[in-house]
Amino acid sequence: MIPDLQAAERTITRGRILTLFSLLLLAGIYVMAFKFTPPEAMQGLAFKILYVHAPSAWAAESAFVLVGVTGILYFWLKDPRLDIFAEASAEVGMVFGTVILTTGPIWGRTIWGAYWAWDPRLTFTLLLYLIFAGYFALRSAVRDPAERARFSAVLGIMGMLLVPFIHLTVFLFNSQHPTPVLMAPQKSPLPWVLLRPLLMSLVVFTLLYFGFVTTRYGIGLRRAALEGSDA
Amino acid sequence: MKTLRAALAIAAKDLRIEWRTKTALLTSTVFAALVFLIFVFSRDTGTLSLRELAPSVLWVTLALAVLTALNRAFLLERENGALEAILLAPVSRSAIFWGKWLANLGFVLIIEGVAFPLWILFFAVELRPILLLVALLALLAAIGFTAVGTVFSAMTVRTRFAELLLPVMLLPFMIPPLFFASQGTVRLFEGRPVADAVQWLKLLTLYDIAFLVIATMLFPKVMDE
Amino acid sequence: MPDAESPVIVAKGLERRFGALVALCGVDLSVGAGELVLVVGPNGAGKSTLMRILAGLATPTKGRVRVGGMDLHADPEARGAIGFLSHQTLVYDDLTARENLRFAAALHGLDGVEARVQQALDAVGLSHRSDVRAGTFSRGMSQRLAIARATLHGPPVLLLDEPFTGLDSPGADALRQRLVVEREGGRVLVCVTHEPAEVWDIATRVVVLRGGRIALDAPRPADLAAFRATYASMLVT
Repeated sequence: MIPDLQAAERTITRGRILTLFSLLLLAGIYVMAFKFTPPEAMQGLAFKILYVHAPSAWAAESAFVLVGVTGILYFWLKDPRLDIFAEASAEVGMVFGTVILTTGPIWGRTIWGAYWAWDPRLTFTLLLYLIFAGYFALRSAVRDPAERARFSAVLGIMGMLLVPFIHLTVFLFNSQHPTPVLMAPQKSPLPWVLLRPLLMSLVVFTLLYFGFVTTRYGIGLRRAALEGSDA
Repeated sequence: MKTLRAALAIAAKDLRIEWRTKTALLTSTVFAALVFLIFVFSRDTGTLSLRELAPSVLWVTLALAVLTALNRAFLLERENGALEAILLAPVSRSAIFWGKWLANLGFVLIIEGVAFPLWILFFAVELRPILLLVALLALLAAIGFTAVGTVFSAMTVRTRFAELLLPVMLLPFMIPPLFFASQGTVRLFEGRPVADAVQWLKLLTLYDIAFLVIATMLFPKVMDE
Repeated sequence: MPDAESPVIVAKGLERRFGALVALCGVDLSVGAGELVLVVGPNGAGKSTLMRILAGLATPTKGRVRVGGMDLHADPEARGAIGFLSHQTLVYDDLTARENLRFAAALHGLDGVEARVQQALDAVGLSHRSDVRAGTFSRGMSQRLAIARATLHGPPVLLLDEPFTGLDSPGADALRQRLVVEREGGRVLVCVTHEPAEVWDIATRVVVLRGGRIALDAPRPADLAAFRATYASMLVT
């Protein structure tokens, strides 16, 4: 089926509005995080990067799981738009992954004087990133859209199954070689005043994820509509 | 059962062909030996003894050797379009997976069978009963690597950059089993009680079961047209 | 004799899309025992796509194929009723002819393997070269091995996709003779070729495929030259 161009444009518009809205909310949260939240006891100002890191990790991993879920749906429903969505989700996931992999070293340098340490979140994100890269490498190597959708779905589903094993690996690895834990807050539960911005940014990042994905999905639909093909 | 017979026939056919030509077998085994040499010559001889290096080297080498071995399975079917003959037969697509997986596994086990003694030799590994457990880890790791590798190589063989694409796709999937196997090996080498290593065996087995099941379910989708 | 009352292979409403490209559309085809259908058409008409769908190798986007009452794409067993011969031999160069056939027998779950394999080798005249690597065969011998492989399981339907490619005159004659034997034995044969003369004399029906649709489906006319003229004019309109 050939996606309808107007529906595609509407999707893009909706996506852009959602993204803009989320970015405004995000700005609001960061104002709150900087101006109205006290610095954390041990890590000081640099702690606030948690408000970018943790939600980004949440978004990246969710993006990945959604790629797997749409893969399953694709085999069930055979709708090529599911593949367009999967591609959008994977791209957005990579974007969030890039955020973590760039801000992480910056923070690490500030706190610990080292750009990289094999801490759980960075390691996990790196592995996830590499799986995403493999996903795009596969997509670029397959020319037929239906075959590309099928193969991507297979890789997405297998990747989704791999995620718990990666968590396990990273956790066990870290317990062998405890690294300076860059991103975790102090051991006791966070006080509400520090936790609140975190929870809010999680919600907003989720909205932001949907904003990005909707926009990118719309762009994918538009491209398909213009090319007159399924994907 | 028809599926089993077909799967065994496919595996037997693959191994018979490989035995006749021996090309992939020889190349992969020599490759493993060469990787050992690279480790020996590239390390810092002052600080890293061969013994210390031994466990990690074994697993890195096996992982790389598996990568070279996997391309064989579906490349073989491309000559004369032979895979079509299998697809034409009233045989389930899962049978094709089992046959190819068994062939790949057999192949990898032969490579491991040659690489293992070389490793013992080159890295001055003491001959102790725990090596049997390391061999078991090698078997379990091979099962996991080949389960995922069979599905991926079926996909990549039809693409343009198969030799490069397969490692890029497969290596992230090899990291957990690699980690489990190598941790188990390190524990055994450190002289820890066997019970310590058993935990890693269990994790490997869990990975193998999970991925064998999902591979059986997804492989038919790769064969679709 | 053509048996129109109970066709062996029935394709209804076949449609196959590749993205926006429509390879086949609204294709209906029914073939009965003892028929040899010649399928012709220009490049890109969808001939190979049609054959692959009839063989169960490809799935149609819409429509169904029934063989001997079984749905070909829903029931893997139904593939056992099909034999497929293409311009590729589908055999392994590193196995002997006998080993290749043994493998085919195992795939089809056949009993009495050794006897059947020997019989198939005899039928195509390869018994003297049965234990030599198939990679050493000439094109003609390879095609004979391919025929043996395609008919080993005694399928009622034989599909041929450009089988005469690369065959020399004696080889083509031998293939034609074999096809007559099969046809007279009550098999259903469907043969795609870009050169109608290859099977003209032995065909019972002609189908012209153009732009993914059947443009003509009629008993094979007596005069090839007249048909060529009709065919040429069909392509122009």
